[in-house]
Amino acid sequence: MKTKLGKAKPLLGLILIIVVVSIISPNFLSKGNLLTVLRQTSINAIIAAGMTFVILTAGIDLSVGSILGFSGAICAYLLTNGTNVFISFLAAILVGALFGLFNGVVITKGKVQPFIATLATMILLRGATMVFTNGKPIAVKGESATKILRYIARGDILGIPVAVIMMVIIFAICYHILHNTKYGRHIYAVGGNEQAALLSGVNTDRVKMLAYMISGILASIAGIIVLARLSSAQPTAGDGYELDAIAAVVLGGTSLAGGQGAILGTIVGALIIGILNNALNLLDVQSYYQMIVRAIVILIAVLLDRKDKNK
Amino acid sequence: MGREILRMENISKSFPGVKALDDVSLKAYEGEVMALLGENGAGKSTLMKILSGVYTKDSGRILLNGEEINVLNPRDAAEKGIAIIHQKLNLIPNLTVYENIFLGREKVNSYKVLKKDCMIDESKKLLERLRVDIDPTLRVNEISIAKQQMVEIARALSLNASVIVMDEPTDTLTDKEVDSLFDVIRELKTENKAIVYISHRLKEVFEVCDRATVLRDGKLIDERMISDLDEDEIIKLMVGRTLDEQFPYLMTQVSENVLEVINLTNKYVKNISFSLKKGEVLGISGLVGAGRSELGKTIFGLYPIDEGEIFLEGKKVEFKSPKEAIENGIMYVSEDRKSEGLVLSMDVKSNITLSSLDKFKRAIGLDKKKEERVTQEYREKIKIKTPSLTQKVKNLSGGNQQKVAIAKSLLTEPKVLILDEPTRGIDVGAKREIYDLLNAIKKEGHCVIMISSEMPEILGMSDRIIVMHEGVIKGELTREEATSEKIMNYIIKGEEN
Repeated sequence: MKTKLGKAKPLLGLILIIVVVSIISPNFLSKGNLLTVLRQTSINAIIAAGMTFVILTAGIDLSVGSILGFSGAICAYLLTNGTNVFISFLAAILVGALFGLFNGVVITKGKVQPFIATLATMILLRGATMVFTNGKPIAVKGESATKILRYIARGDILGIPVAVIMMVIIFAICYHILHNTKYGRHIYAVGGNEQAALLSGVNTDRVKMLAYMISGILASIAGIIVLARLSSAQPTAGDGYELDAIAAVVLGGTSLAGGQGAILGTIVGALIIGILNNALNLLDVQSYYQMIVRAIVILIAVLLDRKDKNK
Repeated sequence: MGREILRMENISKSFPGVKALDDVSLKAYEGEVMALLGENGAGKSTLMKILSGVYTKDSGRILLNGEEINVLNPRDAAEKGIAIIHQKLNLIPNLTVYENIFLGREKVNSYKVLKKDCMIDESKKLLERLRVDIDPTLRVNEISIAKQQMVEIARALSLNASVIVMDEPTDTLTDKEVDSLFDVIRELKTENKAIVYISHRLKEVFEVCDRATVLRDGKLIDERMISDLDEDEIIKLMVGRTLDEQFPYLMTQVSENVLEVINLTNKYVKNISFSLKKGEVLGISGLVGAGRSELGKTIFGLYPIDEGEIFLEGKKVEFKSPKEAIENGIMYVSEDRKSEGLVLSMDVKSNITLSSLDKFKRAIGLDKKKEERVTQEYREKIKIKTPSLTQKVKNLSGGNQQKVAIAKSLLTEPKVLILDEPTRGIDVGAKREIYDLLNAIKKEGHCVIMISSEMPEILGMSDRIIVMHEGVIKGELTREEATSEKIMNYIIKGEEN
């Protein structure tokens, strides 16, 4: 019973925040606003889903924001030059997978700490994006390209935004992988005790490399959504997104020490952050103050979680 | 008879699901050494943790010099004159010896500046008293484990406590250091200190203790004068049964070779050759650091091989990882369950199936019903005591954790099972169950390499014994010819006596 409640804790936090926000700002509960919150949350949530894999292995991925920016720029370039839309998307995703793999190889074969390895990739790819775009946005041209981007950004299926549907599908797949497959078990085993996992016959290097690849792939998918939103690739796109993603994972109850946590917590964590941002906007709080409020909420949430775990 | 200094009276303590202590009493007398004896899990550590204020008791009283005291925490215990030397070293490795000795009680002058020279001098005196040669200005991680233990003892002495508890103080010490420790204990007796001495080594108990308090399953069994006891009697009090019943050796028909190791050499071992037959338990004896675990892990594919060959059922094998070894029928169960054997944060079921998930693969995902069924079978077969299969392994007792680790290895259906210290840190009852399992494995025609530092276990359960020292095999003995003297001779002299 106690563990069940423990798992539900981020959810209780989410409900609390929804109740408080809807009392202060009745506009919050309008259908239009709720869909906006979901749409805005989807990008961070998708990145955070990949981050969950990495953090469960006791790692961290600081490069997701830069991967998002770089793969978005590649995608925009290809689209503008008339490349087939799906090939362009695939190329973007491939870029994410490749640099995720790069992170994984440096970490497992090079035995570099994840923080440092992905920090290097983060700087590297931001620089590469600047070089590639010449520091200027790449506006997407071409009829079919703009059409499909507009569909991703503003389209809906049965009234639900496309990006939100993508988010739900991604989380369903991630849930399945983490809880119903051999690879999922191996993720938890590696994060819980890497040496024991190795001695149990787990290919720990492969497990970790795949986790960073998944993180890279999901970051580049988020990159496509960001590109669609702005209909242009910004050289600074995704800057700082890694921190929101990490915050979502931790708010969702996943331990930075690895091995403990759940993907469903991550979506709750991402929603908490999304709703908070939305509420602060609805309440017309100045953006400088918004940062302070967000910091305080994150700290309180994590401290409450800590206190519970120490008992 | 000395005056009674410490009396713990009718102490009880429960943890969720376990009554760790049930109405236990312990006394310590001025100028005497009281041995506190019992198997693992008998409640010795819990009792000492209550005395030092780590745990709070559910009921009972603690009297010091006739007055009831309330110990809040270890620091409070130290201030009241109760010093505890822990089994696990409690020193800070990157601080110096003298800084550790005076940790939390640093001497300062009126400007709050450390009086280093004064502390170094006093440390020197304390260490001299223990007759060990340690420079107090060295950092703790620069001195040997045995010397660290002596530093720990020096720290307890510096408290000038009236009651000193020593929890397995000789575990890491050499014979010479043990002797000087005993000299110090005798000296402390003349200074009218009361000492509580916890040890598994009965020889030491007879050498240095005056009385013994025996606990079993959280209950007080008896308090007796050592002079009225002999070894057999103490064991009987501790385990409630005699030693013979401890090792249910099973004779089996051994047949063809399963494993053959020829001239295996790498960073850790040299020129290792031996063979292993179907239905056989091969014991590997030796001192800690003899390269036994490393040999096991090398066969298991964890360490690369420089020279030599391994044949499994006549076929030459070369494993690049434990994964390959497991796939080919070799499994290794680590001596260190917590850091190598189990994923403590995962549940019982997931730990048992971790090495065999391919057995549960379906088109999409895992067959969780089958997983549940199979793990339930193992839970019953090897008597894993757990409230449920979804219980996290970290909440189980040591013996049950070990059974989970063994269940995991059995599920891989190994042809060769390497058990490294299979009964370390578990109580006699669970040990017996693991020996029974060993016999069941033999009956099924599999074979086992059992690495163990416990001589009785090696002698009691092995069909054949090889003795290792410094990475080399020093000798091989059949069950019939093996005695602990012969094994020690191989280790010490490296030749048959």
